[in-house]
Amino acid sequence: MKRVAVIVFPGSNCDADALAAARDAGSEAYFVWHRDTTVQGADVVVLPGGFSYGDYLRSGAIARFSPVMTAVAEHARAGGAVLGICNGFQILCEAGLLPGGLMRNARLRFLSRPTWVRVEQPDTPFTCLYRRGEVLEIPIAHGDGRYVVDARTAAELEATGRVVWRYVRDNPNGSTNDIAGVTNAGHNVVGIMPHPERRNAPALGGQDGARVFLSMEARHATQHAVDVRARDGRHLRV
Amino acid sequence: MSAFRVEVRVMPRAALLDPQGQAVEHALHALGFGDVAQVRMGKHLVLEVKAATRDEALARARAMCERLLANPVTEDYDVVVGGGAAR
Repeated sequence: MKRVAVIVFPGSNCDADALAAARDAGSEAYFVWHRDTTVQGADVVVLPGGFSYGDYLRSGAIARFSPVMTAVAEHARAGGAVLGICNGFQILCEAGLLPGGLMRNARLRFLSRPTWVRVEQPDTPFTCLYRRGEVLEIPIAHGDGRYVVDARTAAELEATGRVVWRYVRDNPNGSTNDIAGVTNAGHNVVGIMPHPERRNAPALGGQDGARVFLSMEARHATQHAVDVRARDGRHLRV
Repeated sequence: MSAFRVEVRVMPRAALLDPQGQAVEHALHALGFGDVAQVRMGKHLVLEVKAATRDEALARARAMCERLLANPVTEDYDVVVGGGAAR
């Protein structure tokens, strides 16, 4: 059973949903207030969706300096798993834990509706139970979801398999290369604009998002087996 | 030590789509201002910075921009230190 810390910022509003989704997946999930200075021995840190600090200045720009973020950065640098959903993704970008930034939707409107994303990278702690190329229906709810990176970084993300999810059917917000989620070089920090915690049970209209949380637990069991096969910094898969 | 009035202008990177600027431009065209083009929209912050010299106030304001006021990935900024002390 993994210990999952769900960070609560002033203005977070998907924190309870993220906690419930992690518990449904079998994790020992708990809230950590943003003024705490430790993530209390978490295996996984989740930065939930919402409007931290009212999105003042820029989405995530102020939350990224909350006291707990020092501990989150240390956890990430030590290879710990971190998932940022929506506002959490914006915070991770502002904190420099993920590349790029999220700007106002291309057509300006706040969008709350289903989207379809293709899993591009199953080799992360949050996607290991998905098949590459699988298309998921997961809703978005954001005004600032247009993922932006410079051309060089975009090419690097594509070449190194760091685009984790990509919008298909349509690009709701004008994101670069239809990107819906990315990971860092170590594949331990992941950000996603759609809300997998809102699609983790049939009662919620679908469960395409459930495996994001189930993957955390699955990864735990296989971590050592993967590690012993790592040679020259590359994981040999069997 | 005096207080300098510092103005910070933060603009979306020129290469990036600025949908707010475009919406304003379209509205201006609709109102008959057909002579307007390339509308871009950003933020204007006014700060009072205590510093020994103008240069120090400028350096501090730049540090604030790098750290918080602008996102180097998506925005450019410039800083103007106003004449003399603000009050």
